[in-house]
Amino acid sequence: MPKPEILDPQGKAVQGALPRLGFTGVTDVRQGKRFEIELEGEVTDAVLAEVEKMAETLLSNPVIENYTVSVEQ
Amino acid sequence: MKIGVVTFPGSLDDVDAQRAVRIGGNEAVALWHGDADLKGVDAVILPGGFSYGDYLRCGAISRFAPAMGKVVEAARAGMPVLGICNGFQILCESHLLPGALIRNDHRKFVCRDQLLRIENNRTAWTSAYDQGQEIRVVLKNGEGGFVADTETLARIEGEGQVVARYLEVNPNGSLNDIAGVTNERGNVVGLMPHPEHAVEELTGSGLDGLGFFTSLVEGAFA
Repeated sequence: MPKPEILDPQGKAVQGALPRLGFTGVTDVRQGKRFEIELEGEVTDAVLAEVEKMAETLLSNPVIENYTVSVEQ
Repeated sequence: MKIGVVTFPGSLDDVDAQRAVRIGGNEAVALWHGDADLKGVDAVILPGGFSYGDYLRCGAISRFAPAMGKVVEAARAGMPVLGICNGFQILCESHLLPGALIRNDHRKFVCRDQLLRIENNRTAWTSAYDQGQEIRVVLKNGEGGFVADTETLARIEGEGQVVARYLEVNPNGSLNDIAGVTNERGNVVGLMPHPEHAVEELTGSGLDGLGFFTSLVEGAFA
């Protein structure tokens, strides 16, 4: 997700479109990305650490974005 | 001097950059993103365009090209590197320059002849200009909004790392009207507008961009 202090023009565009469709009461919209990564074998701490590294190195730009990693079996 | 221009899949302005290098009195060397070989060049330009279709984030995938590994290494050792537009985005993604470029605040692609002020003529790429000189060059981008956190912004302003600033209008929502920045050492410069399109009378808005391609030679003989 873009960090809270970083302007999110895409989120703003979506926020502008919602009232035009009759959806009221939306005070803010932020748009981010979601990556679904499939792994072989067990999700151990070492594997999770590797995914964190992927997130920090390539999937996100830590200068402007935050990320979270969650596991679904 | 031998100046390499790296072509990535999706680069658009690599040939224009090579041409500007020659008009500026240097030898242009074509470099390929897939080759971890800088062919003995003295400096490198990362040109504009849409490398890897701007997938993921602009410049995010190009940053890991084999050629970029060498460019990052050489830049850290002091080699002059200029990133124009997409090249600027690649340099920010490589963390060779502070901050990042995001989508224009008005969400539209912008293409205009843009007035700039050279704020720092002590870099490898801007020494041919006078401090405070106003130049007009083409600006064309969809994701040219320069952003950085408050602390970083204060630091680059305080250290004189802002190389160029937009005048008349802020075309993309860049913080502090920043059009270009440099690293602490002054050898790496990123610029959102396109000086390589302003080097000949026949095409472009004038000759105001030429200084970016003559600075290295002038610096070498100064």
